[in-house]
Amino acid sequence: MNSQSTSSEAQAEAAAPKGFLRRAWESDIAWSFRHSPVAIVSAVVFLVLVLGAVFAPLLAPYNPFDPSTLNLMDGFTVPMGQGLGSGELYWLGTDDQGRDIFSTILYGLRISLFIGLMAVLFAAVLGVTLGLIAGYFGGWIEAVIMRVADVQITFPSILIAMLIFGIARGLTPPELRDQMAIWVLIVSIGLSDWVYFARTVRSSTIVEAQKEYVHAARLIGRKPGAILRKHLLPNVMGPVLVIATIYLALAIIAEATLSFLGVGAPPTKPSLGTLIRIGQDYLFSGEWWILLFPSLTLLALALSVNLLGDWLRDVLNPKLR
Amino acid sequence: MLAYVIRRVAQGALVLAIVGFVSFSMFRFMGDPLENILGQEATVLDRQELEDRLGINKPVLVQYFKFMAGALQGEFGVSYRNAIPVAEVIAERLPATLELALVSGIFAALFGIALGVYTAIRRDGFLANFIMTTSLIGVSLPTFLIGILLIWVFAVELGWLPSFGRGETGTMFGRPSSLTSWSGIRALILPSVTLGLYQMTLIMRLVRSEMLEVLRTDYIRFAHARGLSSRAIHFRHALTNTLIPVITIIGLQVGQIIAFAVVTETVFQWPGVGSLFIQAVQFVDIPVMAAYLLLVGSLFVVINLIVDLLYLVIDPRLRVERGAGAH
Repeated sequence: MNSQSTSSEAQAEAAAPKGFLRRAWESDIAWSFRHSPVAIVSAVVFLVLVLGAVFAPLLAPYNPFDPSTLNLMDGFTVPMGQGLGSGELYWLGTDDQGRDIFSTILYGLRISLFIGLMAVLFAAVLGVTLGLIAGYFGGWIEAVIMRVADVQITFPSILIAMLIFGIARGLTPPELRDQMAIWVLIVSIGLSDWVYFARTVRSSTIVEAQKEYVHAARLIGRKPGAILRKHLLPNVMGPVLVIATIYLALAIIAEATLSFLGVGAPPTKPSLGTLIRIGQDYLFSGEWWILLFPSLTLLALALSVNLLGDWLRDVLNPKLR
Repeated sequence: MLAYVIRRVAQGALVLAIVGFVSFSMFRFMGDPLENILGQEATVLDRQELEDRLGINKPVLVQYFKFMAGALQGEFGVSYRNAIPVAEVIAERLPATLELALVSGIFAALFGIALGVYTAIRRDGFLANFIMTTSLIGVSLPTFLIGILLIWVFAVELGWLPSFGRGETGTMFGRPSSLTSWSGIRALILPSVTLGLYQMTLIMRLVRSEMLEVLRTDYIRFAHARGLSSRAIHFRHALTNTLIPVITIIGLQVGQIIAFAVVTETVFQWPGVGSLFIQAVQFVDIPVMAAYLLLVGSLFVVINLIVDLLYLVIDPRLRVERGAGAH
């Protein structure tokens, strides 16, 4: 046993340059990933969508936000059809103003993903901070934070996001509303979801704070802030990652819903939800492609993140719900 | 037990107080209603006149008491957008939302339980597996996409059902209702399916897993041995024992249905309080937003209270003296 472990250590030392990659490949997570077709397919779909969003300016054949490139005569071109004005080929067709649907989807994906990621980040930072504080200090601080969480959790988060969006809109001057809309959305969705992070982190902090390393840190005189950041934070982050993936899917859907309802991303910076809102107007006149392709993209995005989140939850922590 | 009830009621009252406070703060401190109504070209005289009419030049405390006293009497001020009393608008639109919520709730419960029982009994059947897989995709679809999809298939392509509005409304309990006419019922189908689909899947999955658990127990095996018909076993002995968690879930989901009514009402142009709220958010119509918040807040508090008290009836363990934390 002893000799075995030293020999494997020697092996690891010998393979030092690619040690990390190799260890990652041989880890439990990677093994379960390789053996789950659903996870692989979702990861590929998600990766393609993320790359499409990141490189949208390079990949998109047209810039949908530059009116000078629009040709009104190309309006309502069918998918794989040639525009009447320019004679150019549009893969997914064009909208009423001759805007290339494929390009608007790439840019819309960019905005949807950005808002989703930032909202989850915001919710996670806020929730983890408050959860750590509540769990570590206890007393009235904990009572206040968790009471607020209890009250908030009685309301569905989409309603809270709408309400915060409305309040923030009321507080911003009308001429800035469209510019601020994306940031307002991030804050609204983030504020509506912090509770779930705070609850989990609080309960794991209470458990961790009883352990010896925390007592030891306190004995050598580390300040509470340092104990929270350096000692407790790394040990409560495991479940946070899982919650973050699950709430990424929810945040993307929440953003799309708000934008669809007209209380989200403005038409000048359309997200996927805004595009679907616009496309819905053409459903009855037969221009189905304006609606269908953004909807499919949103569906692929939400579904792939959802399935990845489910997989990750099962792998990392089977006990977590 | 009494302590439990008192604590729950006190908790509800606290939530309501907080909601009322948020609602008033919005009402008082947000935005510039004068500019919203009058636009930027209004004269100083116009502004003063409107200030007097809306009463927003009085001291904050006076306004607060006015707001709270008014709210208790169902008086929420005047809508900034179309200058009609908010209470009037809400009274006109609330029945439509309640009708939609009720019908989708019934749809979700009936179909959810029926499909749950079916998929549990025919566990390995082709149709049962198909239903389970489809339900997984259904859960991932955002509500508004489900609505659009249904409109596309049943209104645009097939032309079977209307895609917007309430159809012909007759009078039921002194209020306009869609349930009194054939065209009204037809108009109700798509919105209530859209709104109830998520809850239906939820109930179906719950009933299925509970049923599978119950069907494994000894008393079901004995029932089989006693020669009871499988219909009696499935519905009288197994199903009744799965209904307790189902009722809880239905209660807790009422809030979700009210929340997502906002989405469904917008997709189907259903004239309820949800679409009223969304328009209020778009136009920063604060009295309407504040009133909606108070209304929905009280509704949620009441629902949660009922569910909490139902636990008492359902779960005898709670009736024994016990400390904090029912869930």
